[in-house]
Amino acid sequence: MNSEEKLVYMANQIARNIAPSGAGEAAEAVADHIAHFWDPRMKQMIFAHINAGSTDLSPSALAGLKLLRTQDASGQSSAG
Amino acid sequence: MGYEPQADFGTPEAKGAPVTLTIDGQSVTVPAGSTVMRAAAEANTFIPKLCATDSVKQFGSCRLCLVEIDGRRGTPASCTTPVEADMVVHTQTPRLQKLRKGVMELYISDHPLDCLTCAANGDCELQDQAGAVGLREVRYGYEGANHLDVSKDVSNPYFDFDPAKCIVCSRCVRACDEVQGTFALTIEGSGFGSKVSAGTGLDDFLSSECVSCGACVQACPTSTLQEKKVAEIGTPDRSVVTTCAYCGVGCTFRAEMRGEQLVRMVPWKDGKANRGHSCVKGRFAWGYAQHQDRITSPMIRERIDQPWREVSWEKALSHAASEIKRIQAKYGTRSTGGITSSRCTNEETFLVQKLVRAGFGNNNVDTCARVCHSPTGYGLKTTFGTSAGTQDFDSVMDADVILIIGANPTDAHPVFASRMKRRLREGAKLIIVDPRGIDLVRSPHIEAAHHLPLRPGTNVAVLTAMAHVIVTEGLADEAFIRERCDWDEYQDWAAFVSDPKRSPEAVEPLTKVPAEVLREAARLYATGGNGAIYYGLGVTEHSQGSSTVMAIANLAMATGNIGRPGVGVNPLRGQNNVQGACDMGSFPHELPGYRHISDTETRALFEGDWGVSLDSEPGMRIPNMLDAAVDGAFKAIYIQGEDILQSDPNTHHVAAGLAAMECVIVHDLFLNETANYAHIFLPGSTFLEKNGTFTNAERRIQLVRKVMTPMNGMEDWEVTQRLAQALGLDWNYTHPSQIMDEIARLTPSFAGVTFDRLDAEGSLQWPVNDKAPMGSPVMHIDGFVRGKGKFVVTDYVPTDEKTGPRYPLLLTTGRILSQYNVGAQTRRTENTAWHPEDRLEIHPVDAEDRGLRDGDWVRLASRSGETTLRALVTDRVAPGVVYTTFHHPATQANVVTSEYSDWATNCPEYKVTAVQVSASNGPTDWQEDYEALSERSRRIAHQEAAE
Ligand code: SF4
Ligand code: SF4
Ligand code: SF4
Ligand code: FES
Repeated sequence: MNSEEKLVYMANQIARNIAPSGAGEAAEAVADHIAHFWDPRMKQMIFAHINAGSTDLSPSALAGLKLLRTQDASGQSSAG
Repeated sequence: MGYEPQADFGTPEAKGAPVTLTIDGQSVTVPAGSTVMRAAAEANTFIPKLCATDSVKQFGSCRLCLVEIDGRRGTPASCTTPVEADMVVHTQTPRLQKLRKGVMELYISDHPLDCLTCAANGDCELQDQAGAVGLREVRYGYEGANHLDVSKDVSNPYFDFDPAKCIVCSRCVRACDEVQGTFALTIEGSGFGSKVSAGTGLDDFLSSECVSCGACVQACPTSTLQEKKVAEIGTPDRSVVTTCAYCGVGCTFRAEMRGEQLVRMVPWKDGKANRGHSCVKGRFAWGYAQHQDRITSPMIRERIDQPWREVSWEKALSHAASEIKRIQAKYGTRSTGGITSSRCTNEETFLVQKLVRAGFGNNNVDTCARVCHSPTGYGLKTTFGTSAGTQDFDSVMDADVILIIGANPTDAHPVFASRMKRRLREGAKLIIVDPRGIDLVRSPHIEAAHHLPLRPGTNVAVLTAMAHVIVTEGLADEAFIRERCDWDEYQDWAAFVSDPKRSPEAVEPLTKVPAEVLREAARLYATGGNGAIYYGLGVTEHSQGSSTVMAIANLAMATGNIGRPGVGVNPLRGQNNVQGACDMGSFPHELPGYRHISDTETRALFEGDWGVSLDSEPGMRIPNMLDAAVDGAFKAIYIQGEDILQSDPNTHHVAAGLAAMECVIVHDLFLNETANYAHIFLPGSTFLEKNGTFTNAERRIQLVRKVMTPMNGMEDWEVTQRLAQALGLDWNYTHPSQIMDEIARLTPSFAGVTFDRLDAEGSLQWPVNDKAPMGSPVMHIDGFVRGKGKFVVTDYVPTDEKTGPRYPLLLTTGRILSQYNVGAQTRRTENTAWHPEDRLEIHPVDAEDRGLRDGDWVRLASRSGETTLRALVTDRVAPGVVYTTFHHPATQANVVTSEYSDWATNCPEYKVTAVQVSASNGPTDWQEDYEALSERSRRIAHQEAAE
């Protein structure tokens, strides 16, 4: 796997493990987890991947990442 | 300080109510249950004795410790007579003197009188006691039958057994049984013919069951069992108390010295983690500290295919600093990072993360806990609110049911295992969840009530099925949950685990654990009294490592097994200071004390103290750094005391990452495997050469004291400080105690810790603060650190590492008692006598299918790579599962392990790799190429030639 594929794999893996806590909360939990643990380069890479029209992210991973992107843009990352 | 042997009170400490008696006219108060001998010793009256020592129960065989007691007939043995209120005891009377002389005379008449040339001269209880009873002549002569010409057993690499000197006091046998719990020694024969024997008549010490813990050597009153080093160097003349640098048990030792030479390490009786016991590593395997392979001069080179050039510290450090600056100018601040070491002290680790955050200006700092217990940090913080185990080691003595999951304490945490075994012999019940039949499943006087031999990778399914039984059979502790946990979250979780598809019967096909065994185990844990869980890397090193930790926490909360002695969730930490390294802010997202880097208030605290502004974004973890290096975005790394090339998964990828960097700085004792890819080598110092603190698995902070001068001239914290200074940072610590003061100032859970307090108290368990000035042996007593305990739904997600026709077997990895991790230290000691190579354990059925016999060379191949090693055919592993250790670089077990990792922390999935095993006739190409690379890379051009 190259770095980008790995990030997609990781995001999907996070979403898959978090998902059972309920779909509604899952997006928030995924966003929160990635905000807490991924460094800026990893986040940028996966956002770029989404912008390029990715199809390999699971729905909950994608929802979480989109939420995180909005939070990041408005400067209210949920980390902390 | 001069040399004083440790006090021996003769018999173990008692715990009863105070009793007052009179001994030689002196009033003495001791706990009921104490013996007269102990009471006298506590009042500084040492009654002559031979067969008694305070590490084992009294035996009453030598009759040297006789006393007279008013109102009693005869002369009872003080070591077997319990104290009574108002007793009046006399320890020195003419009658006693005569009797003792007679006893002593008999002993001495069958003992060689070569005291002057005996290794134990001056450190021998027999000699001391002969003096104490005033023995001046021996009437029996030496012509009669005796044992003086029996030959010595010198098979153990660290101690000799000279039966000619044995007085058959059986202290060694009792120490092996009671303290170590191995039952390796027996007294064979009877009367004059009785003798000590290791194992069966044919065994010597090395081939017996003996695990070389040294308990018998310590207990022996003569020089029958004697460290070889004492014979070689002489008896010690001073001692310094310090802490073992091998595993997370954190045993404390007296380093007994003769001048600057270490004679022996003797477990310290006052050590609260080990209580006077040790294992072969801490006790004996310290020879690496003086090994010829140690590098003592800094070295540099431009390219990794060049030989090393020895240079001055000045040159090496200024070169390192200029490289870091050059790289940051070219590739950006975040192109650099560092790795802290769980082998180093808290103070050293703190400085490395400070260097990265304040000096490099980013948060790219990580630590070897990434590959072992990072899921513990995540899981326990999420559920309980703190990233650490809940109990002290003593707590095991109050446990009624002990549940061990994915840990092998007798090999990996031996001194704690001995305590645990003692409790099990007292009657506590044992449940083991492990794919392998580890020793504890059945060993002398111990048998697990249930062994759940699960298929590797199914931990979450097994633990959730246990939760299913507890909830659906009404065994949950509802009162505890209502009071201590979030009730709504509990209900969601209870509904989740109660689903019939999570029952033991439903998951049996995938876990391979018989449903009825699983049900019985769950019932026992929930209803058997105090239930204590101990777990290790068999829990964390999985793609669901963090989920498994949370599943364990769920079980403990659901059964109310938290917040008092005898219960709890106890991660058995691997390395000596892995707890400390995590506490000290070694993770890229956290400042010391587990506070997230994005927390403005915490950041402001550190910024104020350090006078810099800090990056608010989390940094990269080790695997992320390696990926970024391969992508060309990460270019320089400072690695203190860690060998990522050998210890991290998928060696090829690690090698590619390192090879892509422009500046790899390795700070270590030896030219380790990672150093093959390094440009700057900074020599490190051993634990014997430095001051500082380690924090063990029970959150116990203990002092490490310098016993000799560092061979390289500097302690490791000084090297980091010099590097920081070269980068322009104004650091001026003159002693590690000042670094601890800074840690305490900035970290609430360490607020009350100072070197002076540690010196006075011996040790302190964090949190140490206003609320708990004496520290906290047991956590979450009145409530969880996070407030309400959090139940987390843990759904079983199978790993993507799947077996198939090409890779039909599952490989799992672990370690062995005598070796330590990548073996850099233990391979450089005589411990290789027990484990000269890594072997592949394979079930007889799988071996037969492949035409393999015990000892054959086999090729072990996975999707990542392949290696060769020799087979060990055993039914310890289940069919379909193979197992190996990773102590030897020649094997390179991590060439084979995959890159899958824990979903929450990226802790690698070492415990599950799909592999194929086949016959082989020699090393793989990779092994041969690597050997050649290592050889090339280790060339050193000495200073004269180079400069
Ligand atoms: S060294 Fe330890 S295991 Fe070996 S015989 Fe002595 S007490 Fe027993
Ligand atoms: S070897 Fe030492 S401890 Fe063991 S019986 Fe002989 S004298 Fe006693
Ligand atoms: S149990 Fe661990 S800390 Fe204790 S002596 Fe052995 S290696 Fe050292
Ligand atoms: S010491 Fe009491 S009988 Fe030996």
